[in-house]
Amino acid sequence: MNTVTFTIIAIFTLTFALAAATNPRLMHAALSFAVMFVGIAAFFFLLGAEFVGLVQIFVYVGAVAVLIVFTILLTRRDPEKTRGFNWGGVVIAIAVFVGLVWAILKSTSVSIAPPVIKALTVKQIGMALMGSYVWPLLCVGVLLTAALIGALILVLEDKRQ
Amino acid sequence: MTLSIFLIVSAALFCIGLLAALSRRHAIFILIGIEMMLAAANINFIAFWRFAPQPAQPTGVMVAIFSIAIAAAEAAIGLAMVIAVYRHFRTTNVDQLDQLKG
Amino acid sequence: MARSVDQIFIHAKEWLLSPLAGRAPDWLIQIASSLINIAAVLGVFLTLFALISVLERKILGRMQNRYGPNRVGPFGLLQPVADGIKMLIKEDIVPARADKVVHFLAPIVVAAAAILALGVIPYGRNMTPFVIDGGILFFFAVGSTTELAVFMAGWGSNNKFSMLGAMRAIAQMISYELPLIITVLPVVMVVGSLNPDKIVFAQKYYSFGFVPHWFVFTPWGATAFILFFVSGLVESNRTPFDVPEGESEIVAGHMTEYSGFKYATFFMAEYLGMFAVSGLAVTLFLGGWHAPLPWFAFIPSYVWFFAKLSILLFVFIWIRGTLPRVRVDQMMNFAWKFMLPMAFTCLVSAAVWHYAGRRLSGWLWSFAVVAIVYFGLSLFLDTGKKFTPRTYRFAE
Repeated sequence: MNTVTFTIIAIFTLTFALAAATNPRLMHAALSFAVMFVGIAAFFFLLGAEFVGLVQIFVYVGAVAVLIVFTILLTRRDPEKTRGFNWGGVVIAIAVFVGLVWAILKSTSVSIAPPVIKALTVKQIGMALMGSYVWPLLCVGVLLTAALIGALILVLEDKRQ
Repeated sequence: MTLSIFLIVSAALFCIGLLAALSRRHAIFILIGIEMMLAAANINFIAFWRFAPQPAQPTGVMVAIFSIAIAAAEAAIGLAMVIAVYRHFRTTNVDQLDQLKG
Repeated sequence: MARSVDQIFIHAKEWLLSPLAGRAPDWLIQIASSLINIAAVLGVFLTLFALISVLERKILGRMQNRYGPNRVGPFGLLQPVADGIKMLIKEDIVPARADKVVHFLAPIVVAAAAILALGVIPYGRNMTPFVIDGGILFFFAVGSTTELAVFMAGWGSNNKFSMLGAMRAIAQMISYELPLIITVLPVVMVVGSLNPDKIVFAQKYYSFGFVPHWFVFTPWGATAFILFFVSGLVESNRTPFDVPEGESEIVAGHMTEYSGFKYATFFMAEYLGMFAVSGLAVTLFLGGWHAPLPWFAFIPSYVWFFAKLSILLFVFIWIRGTLPRVRVDQMMNFAWKFMLPMAFTCLVSAAVWHYAGRRLSGWLWSFAVVAIVYFGLSLFLDTGKKFTPRTYRFAE
C-alpha cells in the first residue's frame, strides 16, 4: 500500500515539476509549480513529518506561489511570445541526474528499510524550537524582517521631483 | 520503500529545478527553478530524518522548517528584484541584462 | 441513554462498517471509514448550505421590512430546490479567449479548499472527521490556498473587471489572514496543542458549578473572538467587506464571467467558508460541543455545536443586513493599523492571564492590557472627522 501511494505521489510531483520547468506559457507554469508543492507536501505526510507538510502548503502555496503569480502579472508585456529556451541546460541537468543516481545506487548504506518511529508531535517540535534551536529561530526572525524591509525598499518608487 | 528511492526522487526534482534555472530565459522561471531545488533538498532532509537510527532527534525536521522560511524570504527578495529590474529596463529576459558586460 | 443518543452517529458508522470488520485488510477499513466521514460531512453541510441560502434571504427581507422568498414551499423553504434547478439548466458560457483549463479549475479549487477545511472541526463527542495533530494549522493551510484559486478565477476569465476584482479580493484576504491567525494563537498557547479535540477538551470545566470555562469569557478571549469573527467576515467576502463582489462597483468581481453551475459553486464555496470559520470560532472560543450549563449535558453534543453555529451564522446575516460596504482603503487601514496590534495585544494578555496563575489579579491585569492598548489605538488612529447628525426614514 505504501509503495502504491509513493508511486502515485512521485509521478504526480514529477509531472507537475516538469510542466513548471518546460511550459512556455508563464501562468500555467506558475500554477503547476503551486500544484507541485502540494505533491511535495504529500511526500512529507508520507514520511511522517506532518507539521512540515502543513507549513510547506501554508508558506509555499499560500504565499510564495501567490507572490510569483503577482510578479508575473506586474511584469507582463503583450504579446506573450514564447521566451527562449537554452538546450545546453537540458544536457547539464541530465548529466547531474545521472551522476546523482549513480552515487545513490552505488552506496549500499542507503538501501535500508524504514525503522518504526514514534510520530513527532507538534509539542515536541515546539519544545525543540524554544529549547535547543532558539538561536536559529531568532536569527530566522531577524532574517525575515530584513527580507521584508529589503523587498519593500527595492520596489518603493522614488518620488520624482 | 527504501531510502534510496526517496533520494532518487529528490535527485530527479533537483535536476528538474536545475533544468528550469539553467535553460529558461525569463527571470521568474529561474526563481521557480531555485525554489524547486530548495524543496528537493528539503525532501532529502526529511527522508534522512525518517530513516535515521533510533532514538530520532528532530534535527531533520528543524532544518526543513528553517529551510522553508529562508526559501520564502529569498523568493520575496528575488521577486522584488525582478520587479525593480523590470521597472528600469522594461524586460525580464536575463539575456538582455548585459550592461556590465566587458 | 443520553450517552447513546449522543454517540448515535458513531454507532451507526460502526454498524455500517461491521460487514468489513473481521474480513477486510486494515487499509480498506480505514478508507471505508474515511469515505463515510466525508459523505456525512458533505451531506450535512450541503443541506445546511441550502437551508441557510433561503433563510438568509428571508431574514434579510424581514430586516428590510419585507417578506423574503415565500412562494415555493411552506414559508418558501423549498426555494433552494428551485434555485438549484435554475442553476443547473443555465447555459454554461465560457469567454472565447479565456484560458479554459484555469477558468474551469478555479471554482473547483475554491470549493475544495472550503470543504477540506470542514474536515478537522469537532462536531460532537468523538465526532471529528479527521483527527490531525496540527488540525488548526491544516485549517489555515487550506484556507490560504483559496487566494490562489481566486486569482485563477480572475485571470482565467481574460477580463479586466475580473482581474481587478481578483486583485482586490487577494489584497483583502492576505491583509486579514494575519489577524485571523494571530488571534488563534492565544488559544493555542494557553491550551498547548494545535489539536482541535484538545482545545475543546480544555474548555470542559465549570467554575462555581455553573460558569463554563469557555475562552470567550476571558478578557483576551473575548477580544480575540471579536477579532477572529471580523477576520472571518472578511475572509468569506461578506458585507461589509464584500468589495470583491460589490455588485454596484465591479459587476461581480472575479466571478463575473462565470454562469450557471460554476457560479453556484463559487456561491457554495463562500457559504462553506462561512461555516468553516464559524465552526472554528465555536471550537476555539465557545467551548465546542460542550453545554453552557452542566445540567443541560443530557442534550447531545452535536445539537449544542449546531446551535452555537446557527447563532454565529445569524450574526453573520444580521451584520450583512445592517452595515454598508467599507471602502478599500478604510478596510486596509483597519487591518494593518488596528487589528494587527490588537491581535498581538491578545497574545500578550493571554500570557499575562496564564502566568498570573488565572486568579483574579491575572484577570484584572489582562483586561487592563487589552483596555490600555484599545484606548491608546483609538486615540492614535483618530482622524478627527466630524459626522453630521443622523436622520432616520421609516417605511410607512
